[in-house]
Amino acid sequence: MAQDIWVLGTHMTAFGRYPDQDAVDLAAAAALGALDDGGVTISDMDLLSCGTLFQANAGMGQQVQKQIGQTGIPVYNVSNACATGATALRTVIMAIRAGEADMGLAIGVEQMGKMGLLAGGARKEKNVYEPSGRFGAVMPIDGILGTDTMPGVFAQAGMEYANDNDGVGFEQFAKVAQKNHAHSTLNPLAQYQKEFSLEEVMGSPMQSYPNTLLMCCPTGDGAAACVLVGEERFATLSREQQSRAVKISASVLTTDPYVESGAMQPDVNTLTRNAAQTAYEQAGVSPEDLSLVELHDCFATAELIHYDNLGLCEPGGAGDFIDRGAPWRDGDTPVNVSGGLISKGHPIGATGVANVYEVATHLRGEAGDRQIEGANVGLAHVIGLGSSCGVHILEKSGIS
Amino acid sequence: MQIPLVDYLVLGDEPYLQANECTNCGARFFGRRNACAHCGHREFKPVRVSDTGTLRTFSIVYRAAPTIPTPYVSAIVLTDDGTSVRSNLINIEPDPAKITLGMKVKLDTYVVGTDDDGQEAVAFGYAPV
Ligand SMILES: [Zn+2]
Repeated sequence: MAQDIWVLGTHMTAFGRYPDQDAVDLAAAAALGALDDGGVTISDMDLLSCGTLFQANAGMGQQVQKQIGQTGIPVYNVSNACATGATALRTVIMAIRAGEADMGLAIGVEQMGKMGLLAGGARKEKNVYEPSGRFGAVMPIDGILGTDTMPGVFAQAGMEYANDNDGVGFEQFAKVAQKNHAHSTLNPLAQYQKEFSLEEVMGSPMQSYPNTLLMCCPTGDGAAACVLVGEERFATLSREQQSRAVKISASVLTTDPYVESGAMQPDVNTLTRNAAQTAYEQAGVSPEDLSLVELHDCFATAELIHYDNLGLCEPGGAGDFIDRGAPWRDGDTPVNVSGGLISKGHPIGATGVANVYEVATHLRGEAGDRQIEGANVGLAHVIGLGSSCGVHILEKSGIS
Repeated sequence: MQIPLVDYLVLGDEPYLQANECTNCGARFFGRRNACAHCGHREFKPVRVSDTGTLRTFSIVYRAAPTIPTPYVSAIVLTDDGTSVRSNLINIEPDPAKITLGMKVKLDTYVVGTDDDGQEAVAFGYAPV
């Protein structure tokens, strides 16, 4: 039987812009914070996994070791689009379950600065057309044969849901962003902490209908880290460490299985549904049991469809779910009480670890002004286009 | 001289899209495949894709890379023979009030650029019927 795994320590930097620090500084700050939080040192770690996307070939894990301790342990540098952080966590979890480690450190970090729009390459017309690439294209097709821009791709995912289900439109998508901006005002770690009215959300500059600027996550910098421990080592820890630890009752990573339309429009649904179903089975919990959910709201359109994909609402009922306020912090299932990617920010490699930090902090009862009272089980979800989906379900320790 | 924007657009009096269809499971792909993403089979045959279909989803893109004219309407069309195609909607105002999910559309082509040798690149899009 595989060992239970616990989050012993966790930390995240505030998300935002750090022109005076580099990614190594941010990652080191998160790592040291997580070690201190868990009451352990780098000498206790049997492995380190470090996730970053835009500096994937920089040997980030080894660079961090130079700042926090070169103990000679194995480092796994991982990159998996927006699921990079979740992949770093899973790398440590798999090593502990495989019996190769008792304790490990997972770090997610990204420094994006003001990268602006993430899209396909700029169009550079050749002087003489020559077919190239897998489609034999004579020029980049972004903007001619549909869109490669992230706000556009996720807009289409949302509009497809609107095509298939009643009661979903621009206003429902906008309400998602209104909620997350409002939630972020309680989170001092969020990149933005400003509330906006529904009219302001809908009236902000249109990026890719129906996603306006206030319905899109910003680029930014930040890092998060978790110290993970297997149950054998966990049993040797102090009562205080055990009572603040958070149990990982499910950890799942999926990719997108074949669907007919998948090559034309990335399918962000099936892999999320598969990951959620497996995670609920692993944890033995159902969506109604969740005290809070941190899900991947890279765009407002994405959050709405994931209500359905994660089983938080009735099938087809995501429009009604937001209309009746269910995902607000005082609703049936609080979603993205951190402010979500839309307002907390989305330094890509950090996101999948930061979501676990957020859920764990509530389960410990240490979330301050934004604490969801009595939280005992929570879910963290990320999805990276390409695609990969990570889902973790966490439970309160139960040891006092 | 004209050249198609992508190799799966077949030009002529009646331009059409050509997919590679798996001879085992019938899954269709644009562009070459080493093996079928659905069943792993390694044989494909070229098939002509229906030029009419319905609008499955869309977005009106206002923000894009600097060289791309905006706004434009990005769309996924489901053809009448069940193939999803990614393209732009053309001959339609980029206004959500004018675009209806499920609306009937038809393949059309237009010249999207000319190179230094005078060769024209021909793109395709879908226009309301
Ligand atoms: Zn096949």
